[in-house]
Amino acid sequence: MKLYLKVWRQEDREAKGDLVSYEVDGISEHMSFLEMLDLLNERLIGKGERVIEFDHDCREGICGACGMMINGRAHGPLTGTTTCQLHMRSFKDGETVYIEPFRAAAFPVLRDLKIDRSAFDHIIQSGGYISASTGQAPESNSIPIAHEVTEAAFDAAACIGCGACVATCKNSSAALFTSAKISHLVLLPQGKLESADRVINMVAQMDAEGFGHCSNTEACEVECPQQISVLHIGRMNYEYSKALVFRK
Amino acid sequence: MKQTTLTYKLVMAATGLFLCFFLVIHLLGNLQLLLPASEAREQFNWYSHLLSGNILINIISYVLYLSLIGHAIYALIITNKNAAASGQKYVYDKRSEVSSWNSRNMGILGTIILIFLVIHFKDYWYVYKFGYLPLDAKGNKDLYAIVNQSFQQGWYIIIYELSFIALGFHLLHGFFSASRTLGLYHPKYSKWVRVFGWMYSLAITLGFMLIPIYIYFNLNAL
Repeated sequence: MKLYLKVWRQEDREAKGDLVSYEVDGISEHMSFLEMLDLLNERLIGKGERVIEFDHDCREGICGACGMMINGRAHGPLTGTTTCQLHMRSFKDGETVYIEPFRAAAFPVLRDLKIDRSAFDHIIQSGGYISASTGQAPESNSIPIAHEVTEAAFDAAACIGCGACVATCKNSSAALFTSAKISHLVLLPQGKLESADRVINMVAQMDAEGFGHCSNTEACEVECPQQISVLHIGRMNYEYSKALVFRK
Repeated sequence: MKQTTLTYKLVMAATGLFLCFFLVIHLLGNLQLLLPASEAREQFNWYSHLLSGNILINIISYVLYLSLIGHAIYALIITNKNAAASGQKYVYDKRSEVSSWNSRNMGILGTIILIFLVIHFKDYWYVYKFGYLPLDAKGNKDLYAIVNQSFQQGWYIIIYELSFIALGFHLLHGFFSASRTLGLYHPKYSKWVRVFGWMYSLAITLGFMLIPIYIYFNLNAL
């Protein structure tokens, strides 16, 4: 199949970018979206042009490295899918496809489709952990945890930090990302101990990074490749209010 | 204490829910306008007099003014912060496919409601408090006469009806959104609140929409 691409090209953080058109033919419907870009890049190398840069790593939908706006939607037209797991059978022959980087003031574009997501790292560093001396792993049954609790915590922990929630949010809010981590840890006995400080610090960091307010439009849940529930945002709000009242 | 995105939203939720509560009382009071014409005049004027003379109601009315102003000012601050957080715009944007229109346009809906409130306060609240009003047979200020008179004009009805539709969509998102902001995360009750929010929004909107139409077509004379 043949596609008409309009790809965002930007030299560096400060440069002004623009959409550049490419015609790509010989695309197999079995290719992933990233393989389609690989194909285009190979041809660009042949012509001596600079390749289109984009983030990717595992290419099996679990690392969270890839992510771009495809036809105005985060990770493309499918829901619950990363860009690497999107295949060309989701597109029609002769279609025009717009490819832009995830956008938010807190996610500056580094080059082309590559963005700087260290804002997420800073949020995790501000409280997305438990303070425990490292050593040998303790006996796993020494702290009993009900099965549904571990499952609920794992549902939250499944967040891969790709940034689609921020990219699709009209306010560029990081509420889903931050709340997933808060929810994951507060559900477990090890994480509960520091929950008040954690939620206060992580929310403060989220604000410091320049993310917006959550308007509960719930677009993030739809676009999230891991389908992280917006109810975690409710839990974060609950934990935050609780911390405001009871934290010493 | 430094305010955060979450405390801003808490203020929006608290003021919003208070206004939701007020709307119920306001609608119940206004439904007296649907009584047969002669009864409605006495009943409604008596009720208005009762409210304006009650110290408790007066205190609550100041909470109401504060909530209205606070809700609007905080909305403005939040909108500005969100605009700054959004950064550069997408050239091709289809993000609207995954969320509802009213959830994305609470600011526009709120602005319509605010403009409506300026008209509404000027025409009734201001006139009742500071203007000259004739008295009815019982010696109460005849607010009913003004209400009745204003709802004889078609364009006035249209302004009211359009504003109520905006209010309805605002409530539809606002009510459930406030519950999320206040920290309701239980899957079962979250679902219930959403259903209740639907019923609440529908009842309030249709209730308020009925009154001007009812008076315009003189249905209480039947």
